Amino acid sequence: MSMKLKPIPFAMGIAILVVLGIQGCTSTSPGKGQATVATTDTTRSIAGYFNEATTKINYPDAEGFIQRWSLLEPINKPNRSNTVFTDSYLREAFNTVYFPNQFTIIPKNGEKVKVGEQELTWHALESKKFNVKLFRFAYGLRKPIYGVLFWAVTVINCPEEMKNVRLAAGSNSASMWWLNGSEALLLSGDRRMVMDDGISNRLTLKKGKNILRGAIINGPGMSDFCVRFLDENGQPIRNITITNE
Amino acid sequence: MKSKINILSLTAIFALVFSGRLAAQIGKPFIHDPSTIMQCEGKYYTFGTRGGGLISEDGWTWNEGGVRPGGGAAPDVVKIGDRYLIAYGATGGGLGGGHNGRILTMWNKTLDPKSPDFKYSEAIVVASSDGQEDCDAIDPGLLLDPTDGRLWLCYGTYFGFIRLVELDPTTGKRVEGNKAIDIAIDCEATDLIYRDGWYYLLGTHGTCCDGANSTYNIVVGRSKKVTGPYLDNMGRDMIKGGGKMVAGAGWRVNGPGHFGLLDLGDGVQKMSCHYEADLDQSGRSVLGIRPLLWKNGWPVAGDNFREGTYEIESERRGYALELAVDFVRMPGGMRGFNRNNDEPIKPVPSQQLSDVINTWPAGNTQVRIGDYMFRPHQKWTISPATDGGGYPGGPYFKIVIAGTERALAATADAEVITVPTFTGAPEQLWRIDQLIDGTYRIMPKVVPGSNEKYALISLGDSTPTLGKFDFNSDNSKWNFRSH
Repeated sequence: MSMKLKPIPFAMGIAILVVLGIQGCTSTSPGKGQATVATTDTTRSIAGYFNEATTKINYPDAEGFIQRWSLLEPINKPNRSNTVFTDSYLREAFNTVYFPNQFTIIPKNGEKVKVGEQELTWHALESKKFNVKLFRFAYGLRKPIYGVLFWAVTVINCPEEMKNVRLAAGSNSASMWWLNGSEALLLSGDRRMVMDDGISNRLTLKKGKNILRGAIINGPGMSDFCVRFLDENGQPIRNITITNE
Repeated sequence: MKSKINILSLTAIFALVFSGRLAAQIGKPFIHDPSTIMQCEGKYYTFGTRGGGLISEDGWTWNEGGVRPGGGAAPDVVKIGDRYLIAYGATGGGLGGGHNGRILTMWNKTLDPKSPDFKYSEAIVVASSDGQEDCDAIDPGLLLDPTDGRLWLCYGTYFGFIRLVELDPTTGKRVEGNKAIDIAIDCEATDLIYRDGWYYLLGTHGTCCDGANSTYNIVVGRSKKVTGPYLDNMGRDMIKGGGKMVAGAGWRVNGPGHFGLLDLGDGVQKMSCHYEADLDQSGRSVLGIRPLLWKNGWPVAGDNFREGTYEIESERRGYALELAVDFVRMPGGMRGFNRNNDEPIKPVPSQQLSDVINTWPAGNTQVRIGDYMFRPHQKWTISPATDGGGYPGGPYFKIVIAGTERALAATADAEVITVPTFTGAPEQLWRIDQLIDGTYRIMPKVVPGSNEKYALISLGDSTPTLGKFDFNSDNSKWNFRSH
């Protein structure tokens, strides 16, 4: 049970129990198909989840997940519950202009934007995981973690035109995705991240640069997303490179 | 005033039962995050969030009375030897409640609070989360591995990973040196079961704790190793959000969560859960018990048997249980050859009960099995019996020829007949369990003068009797078809 709507008062009385016999959790490097030993991840840093993006050639991972992104620090968007994330609410929330050139910007690392009273910074990063853990991004940067709206941008470089591809995304919670300025996918509702949760209609990745933009909104919850492109046979597309510019 | 309320409550319950809409249990089955149902000294027990639990004499009528100290959330129970090990989450689970969870275990020799042996051992912490890491140590699920006797505990919620640790089955403590393993993400209320060489990780997706709007649903992935990876039917790892649906909303209940397996043997498995809301019971969170079916190696929730008028089809040959009466021909004969194809087409009415009932004998009448012709002597109306009691997942039913009170009944010599009028006698009450393969077992509540637990059997293609149930024989299996 995870109560997202209100505090759990019964938790209070038990907290004084003495922790005995707890085994430490240490990190190991899991191989494919091997058990993943849990890691402690309590340091308030993004280092456990992200590397700073470089200019080295970057491909999607073995399953096609895109790991290089420019992420904007979270915009405050207070929502006590995710039950408000209806299609209409989201279309309004995602189409509201929060900062200049919101739907065209290809941000540089460190570039700042002003959203109301907030001054927010774009970070060019590479996720160490298949998914982009926005909660850890915000937490590590000591930014708001709940009641937030994230913007993400990446550039897909195609060696040739690719027709009939599909964008496959999962997000916690709702999200919207645009490819080259056109809406490609909306994931609505109180949603947890599932790979290939929502799939776009058939799209064309043009030869050269393609701009993929996403907005992810969450009330309480561990915000994250995972995105990849699938070919017309449903196989992940890996013969593309990912840049921040 | 009080008695008036009670009468009204009972009336409401009966009205629900008879309407066939009640999808959950009766009594006061109000619970959230129920543990796996345990049988102890002839009774059924389940424990829920905030302490306490439900007790049932028969598995159908549930009331409060279970005792579990420690408060907290979402316990689970496993029987090891002659003791019960209870695990529960002490804290965590919410935005305001924080994510610094702790899982504790404790023992009891009995679950019956009235027993002199009823005494919980001191609870010990076996897993925890510090409130910041990618895990919230609540919602424990226990598995005693039937292959090697090792004891496993899964836990966690939407806040990060579902984790797996190993416990010592003799002490209930964490195995020394054991390291937690991440096995899933973005689900909660997990439980592990084992079947035919596969470990199954059941988890709950969707929104919790929002009543009629809760989208809780139970999903599953499986692995050849208890440590994972747990993949769904599409090959997606549950650590990437994968999961195949086991149970969702329907029949005016929504938000099933917190899977538990109740294996009754003989191919009868039930799954327990809570429904976030039962719209027939004030939208409250209630205990649910449903058949658990297995299709192509995957568990899926069946539906509890619902009243209606059915053909009772033998799995043996496909023939139908019928009243042993004269076959009454419908008017007309072969209408295929040498007809004018330009004649107007018109429907031919089905044979009606009134067309044939006067040809039937008045007293006790034999039943047999015959090829189904959708005739009145082959149509059975099945409905919950008043005051008949129940069993896990359902009430006892009366089975009568549609439009009559002529009822199916067991005899003292373990045969099956019909009696002219349903009286509610126990030999006229029938238990209907959906089996793991989707067919059904049909059992009289009693065989008069006998303690045998017999089932309706196809002795021959055309001959029913009562006998020992054999899951491996199609003689023992039936289908209910509405057509």
